[in-house]
Amino acid sequence: MKLLLAGGRVIDPSQNIDRIADLLIEDGKIAAIVSPGSGSAEAERRDVSGLVVTPGLIDIHVHLREPGFEYKEDIESGTRAAAGGGFTGVCCMPNTNPPIADAPVVSQIIELAERYGYARVHPIGAIQRPERGGSANDRAESGLTEMADLKAAGIVAVSDDAFPIQNAEAMRRGMEYAHQCGLTVLTHKEEKSLTAGGSMNEGATATRLGLPGMPAIAEDIAAARNIELARLTGCRLHLLHISTAGTVELLRRAKKECLPITGETCPHYWALTDAACAGYNTNAKMNPPLRTPEDVEAIKAGLADGTIDVIATDHAPHADYEKDQEFDRAPFGIIGLETCFALAYTYLVQPGILTLNEMVARMSLSPAKIVGLPGGTLKPGAIADVTILDLDRRWTVRVGQVQSKSRNTPFEGMELQGKVLFTVLGGRIVDIGPDHCSETADLSGGLAV
Amino acid sequence: MRRGRTLRNLLGLEDISADDIRRLLLSAAGFKEILSRPVRKVPTLRGRAMVTLFYEASTRTRTSFEMAAKILSAEAINVAVAQSSVTKGESLQDTVRTLQALQMDCLVIRHHCSGAAEYAAKKLDVPVINAGDGRHEHPTQGLLDLFSVCDHFDRLDTFDLRGLTLAIIGDIAHSRVARSDAWGFSKLGAKVQFAGPKTLMPGDCRSLPVTVCDDLKSGLEGAEVINVLRLQTERQERGLLPSLREYSRLWGVSGHSLQWAKPGALVMHPGPMNRGVEISADVADGCHSIIFDQVTHGVAVRMAVLYQLMGVEKE
Repeated sequence: MKLLLAGGRVIDPSQNIDRIADLLIEDGKIAAIVSPGSGSAEAERRDVSGLVVTPGLIDIHVHLREPGFEYKEDIESGTRAAAGGGFTGVCCMPNTNPPIADAPVVSQIIELAERYGYARVHPIGAIQRPERGGSANDRAESGLTEMADLKAAGIVAVSDDAFPIQNAEAMRRGMEYAHQCGLTVLTHKEEKSLTAGGSMNEGATATRLGLPGMPAIAEDIAAARNIELARLTGCRLHLLHISTAGTVELLRRAKKECLPITGETCPHYWALTDAACAGYNTNAKMNPPLRTPEDVEAIKAGLADGTIDVIATDHAPHADYEKDQEFDRAPFGIIGLETCFALAYTYLVQPGILTLNEMVARMSLSPAKIVGLPGGTLKPGAIADVTILDLDRRWTVRVGQVQSKSRNTPFEGMELQGKVLFTVLGGRIVDIGPDHCSETADLSGGLAV
Repeated sequence: MRRGRTLRNLLGLEDISADDIRRLLLSAAGFKEILSRPVRKVPTLRGRAMVTLFYEASTRTRTSFEMAAKILSAEAINVAVAQSSVTKGESLQDTVRTLQALQMDCLVIRHHCSGAAEYAAKKLDVPVINAGDGRHEHPTQGLLDLFSVCDHFDRLDTFDLRGLTLAIIGDIAHSRVARSDAWGFSKLGAKVQFAGPKTLMPGDCRSLPVTVCDDLKSGLEGAEVINVLRLQTERQERGLLPSLREYSRLWGVSGHSLQWAKPGALVMHPGPMNRGVEISADVADGCHSIIFDQVTHGVAVRMAVLYQLMGVEKE
């Protein structure tokens, strides 16, 4: 079984490739990148001229909500959303119910994802077990998960996302143990004593709206503590969803000292500021919160100079009725899988903050390296996960058209440049149906837009 | 068609114009006259129903709205949240839409969440009056403060406060009155200055039309009007203040500290007062205190607001 993606602009940061070429896929693996027209005759040929061919995009920070919160999202809808956003692999966070703290949950998630076949799902384990007898969301700094067991079942990292570990001793032990198990710790880094009761960034907008604030220093203090614990323990540490100028600078310094630390940011932290909360817009409520224009500039500078390694989404679906509440009561989080690439292209590549190559690296090669995933490259022999992008396409975000079960996005109605056309997963073109503007929809007139 | 009645809701003084504010105050001046009549009843809003929905305790605001409605011959229906379906977990959206389905003509809402009144207004077709939302705004309090000051300085014709300085003292961070006053007074031309302990100041006041002062002396300097905010005693328990004693010593408005303000400066307080904490008894009861006038004016101002929002339009 052979597939030839013919005539596209092939971009592969792992080999410094950016040229018009044919990509030949054989038996689920990348076979070769060859000059246009010289490809194998017996392969199924797909004309991708005028389009961009990249390694399958990887998002190391999503909430798929299954098991436990299937009314928000499940593995089927979440991986369809991933495919719609050009992602062939996603890492799902452990704050499910039950949480990803036991091997059977890991196996179940992986099996379901394989059955649906829209994208690979790599579970991330919890660092701590939920307290015995307590609710699944009640992690009273209880005790370590069986990380070795979880790793054998398929987790690729551990994380305290959604339940930032407050106790420094608990975090130290978690990192020591994870390090010995060969797992990277993905940290949410929030000093909760400084954010208690808060619902948006502390600052001028919060003052005007009368909303209790979550100061940037809460993120920076926790980041600094965890960086020092990484120095002590030698554990590989990845800073999730960086939103502040302070944490960008902490990461920059840590890298100068050659500490084993990486970091990510998300599209909303460069595309929006806390002014988006005006009118008590709960779709602009997330944690960490949207920050100031100065923070946005620092995030962009951190992406540009390579301090921030990864672009992730923190895709956090919530039902309409949960977001449609008083601002204080609405849950934190927004969906992001289906808008991530276009927000990166429109806000980072078009203005020249990142080259296309750098953007692709931060969305494929870097995340793959950090948690040790297959993919992120188009080298011969690699798994044939590929994303096809149309950079010329302008489109408008419409929540009615998303694959996700949830619609909580602040980008509704926004016009963006660059669209994901389709993905290839293990050599097979992923079909998410006619709703999506797939290559089929394009032929029926979509390109006229 | 809606000439002279452009307001749909009253959610805050930030988002209404100086002209809207003047129109409301002018109308309140007319209603104040009715309050001094022996028979305080006019048929203006007969057959109309106002519902008050209070998620927080209140004596003066709720009673004041109720009196205003009754003087205008409207029905005043008070929903006691503690005995309502809210205790069964009913959402704010469902609660207010249920009340609308019962054919109310206006909702007066107080809620501990900032933005709750705006949220209710988005869900309803009938006018919504914000009677205090979290730390955000308390527009009828702002209006009655404006009215009281205009009344005292004899500006009930122009409602022009240029040249006047208002000092707001105390727990600014948690105060919706401070925000409504800041918008209202600055829109009518006054200068507004805040002063209070750093632990009770918002993180960043650049989004408000105010100057922030570091101590009580500079906060009172040049002020013709002083609004002394209530100090919630639970602030001490949350570690924001060492003691009421020290608060009173540093920030309490007393006969002694009044000397830093303009001679004869007016003293206001939104109530309820903690005498001896944020305000000394001699100042509260002194000849420059208009604290009890404020309460009376509150009824006139709320009559004006109800009239503007609930009055039946004449074609």
